[in-house]
Amino acid sequence: MSASVVASAAAPAEPAGALGISTRDLTKRYGSILALDGLSLEVPAGSVFGLLGPNGAGKTTTLRVLTGLARATAGTATVAGVEVGLDRPDLRRRLGYLDQDPRFYPWMRGRELLELTGRLSGLEQPELGRRVLDMLDLVGLRAAAERRIGGWSGGMRQRLGIAQALIHRPTVVFLDEPVSSLDPEGRRDLLDLIAGLRDATTVVLSTHLLADVERVCDRVAILDRGRLVTEGPLEELLAKHARPLFLLDPEAGQDDAVEGLVGRLAAAPWATDVSTLAGGRIRVSAGDADAASAAILPLVAEAGVRLVAFERARPTLEDVFLELVGPPGPDDLDGRGFVRPREVAS
Amino acid sequence: MAGLGVLLRKELLEQWRTLRLPLVAIVFLLIGFLSPLLARFTPEILRAVGGGLINLELPPPSAGDAIDQLAKNLGQLGALIAILLAAGAVATEKDRGTAALLLTRPVGRAGFLVAKLVAIGITLAISTAVAVAAAWFYTLVLFEQLSPGGTVAAAVMNWLALLAWAAITLLASTLTRSALAAAGIGFVALILIGILGIVPAIAPWLPTGLAAAARALWLGVPGPEAWTPIVGTLLLIAACLVLAWLAFRRQEL
Repeated sequence: MSASVVASAAAPAEPAGALGISTRDLTKRYGSILALDGLSLEVPAGSVFGLLGPNGAGKTTTLRVLTGLARATAGTATVAGVEVGLDRPDLRRRLGYLDQDPRFYPWMRGRELLELTGRLSGLEQPELGRRVLDMLDLVGLRAAAERRIGGWSGGMRQRLGIAQALIHRPTVVFLDEPVSSLDPEGRRDLLDLIAGLRDATTVVLSTHLLADVERVCDRVAILDRGRLVTEGPLEELLAKHARPLFLLDPEAGQDDAVEGLVGRLAAAPWATDVSTLAGGRIRVSAGDADAASAAILPLVAEAGVRLVAFERARPTLEDVFLELVGPPGPDDLDGRGFVRPREVAS
Repeated sequence: MAGLGVLLRKELLEQWRTLRLPLVAIVFLLIGFLSPLLARFTPEILRAVGGGLINLELPPPSAGDAIDQLAKNLGQLGALIAILLAAGAVATEKDRGTAALLLTRPVGRAGFLVAKLVAIGITLAISTAVAVAAAWFYTLVLFEQLSPGGTVAAAVMNWLALLAWAAITLLASTLTRSALAAAGIGFVALILIGILGIVPAIAPWLPTGLAAAARALWLGVPGPEAWTPIVGTLLLIAACLVLAWLAFRRQEL
């Protein structure tokens, strides 16, 4: 993916301080199901914004409301300064959207699909032809451009979805689970592409892949059961919510001693979570970093455990996520593995 | 209606690529050829089937019988095809998610619906023209020459009736997410309007009234007033489109 092509996917830069997206008390109900509960967000123009949450948290509902595919039950929202609504061509002129399961016309060729979406977005020849070729190069589909989409793989369709979302240089792009069907190389390329859009385009990336968010997002919002749990710059969230984390790597062949050490660590008053990872490493989450730093090595010595390594680890977004949302219990999930939504009187 | 031309081009390409246009045109061609043939040979077929046991006194077949046969076939099989063409037009796009692909673009929903109906109308127009041309030619061979002007007028009126069934089904397709349900509603509407056609005060305004007027124009004989069913059918088509738009503009995709 060449830098010039990535740059050409972006819209002209927004003025500093402008808002790409703003929502106030955005609420969406489906009968008695409360899919979105009073969401208030401000997304700076030109930022890459991660929308995180477990399945069923309300991420897709948020994107559907903001793109005008669904109507908010209450609250207001603007995208690129335009109030959102169902039949609003002026809103859609400014946005690009990739569905989590992009669907196209199987009888259409890849090039034709991009020409169609480009024309509908106001592009005309000769610029349209150039943009189509640029987008095909950008997502690596030039060779397949004249084949009918009906025979394409899921990954190819997802890449085509990304190309159609960007063809008209939108001001705001909504990408719903954009890497779910991509191979590792395609995933890396797409994340590079998203990073290249920064400053010129506001990107909202909905995903449950925390590593991707850490890699490209400036700001993050975490949703759970339709509610905003937290929102802010990534580093701020890590500093605010992630508990101090220590990793201990014992030498092999000391199973009984290690078991004793885990028990001692778990019983310590400053320990919030102690778990054994793959490979025998011990992960210790602490409420008080200073107390933990002072106490861990003496406890190791008392248990008679020999360590290969001991480190204070940098907390990850996953730690923040688990701290704030926590893993769902068996009763929280429905048959599809989605978190059960909250029900309210309709 | 932003994007109408682009959407219409896409719809026509879809009609061609999915073989709807060529298949419907071939079926209509067969209807056009077979209708005069059936009219011409039905008395002989009946006599042959009867084997001389039944003494049938049938009037000699005429060009009017050929036209009646064509009108009957277009009114039944043609109407069914028009309903099937429109049944999935919106419902399938909503169900498969392709409507969302187009309608997250700066495209008005009115343009989306109008493009659908115009494309179906063009498919039906080409097919009706093929059927009527074939019927005109075989009627010439087997019976007599019919006036070209009357033939064109009859083709337009038969097409208008088919477009009305398509418009009603397009409305149903907009209201549901199932092509099958839309086809069912279209079929029920076809039957209901057929029943309404026996009410003298309403009958002249309905699409079912077009066939008799078209027959008179085609044969050059006195018949019912043509403008009444034309105006009534155009109003019905417009009403279906407006209702479809009013419903569609409020729908979530």
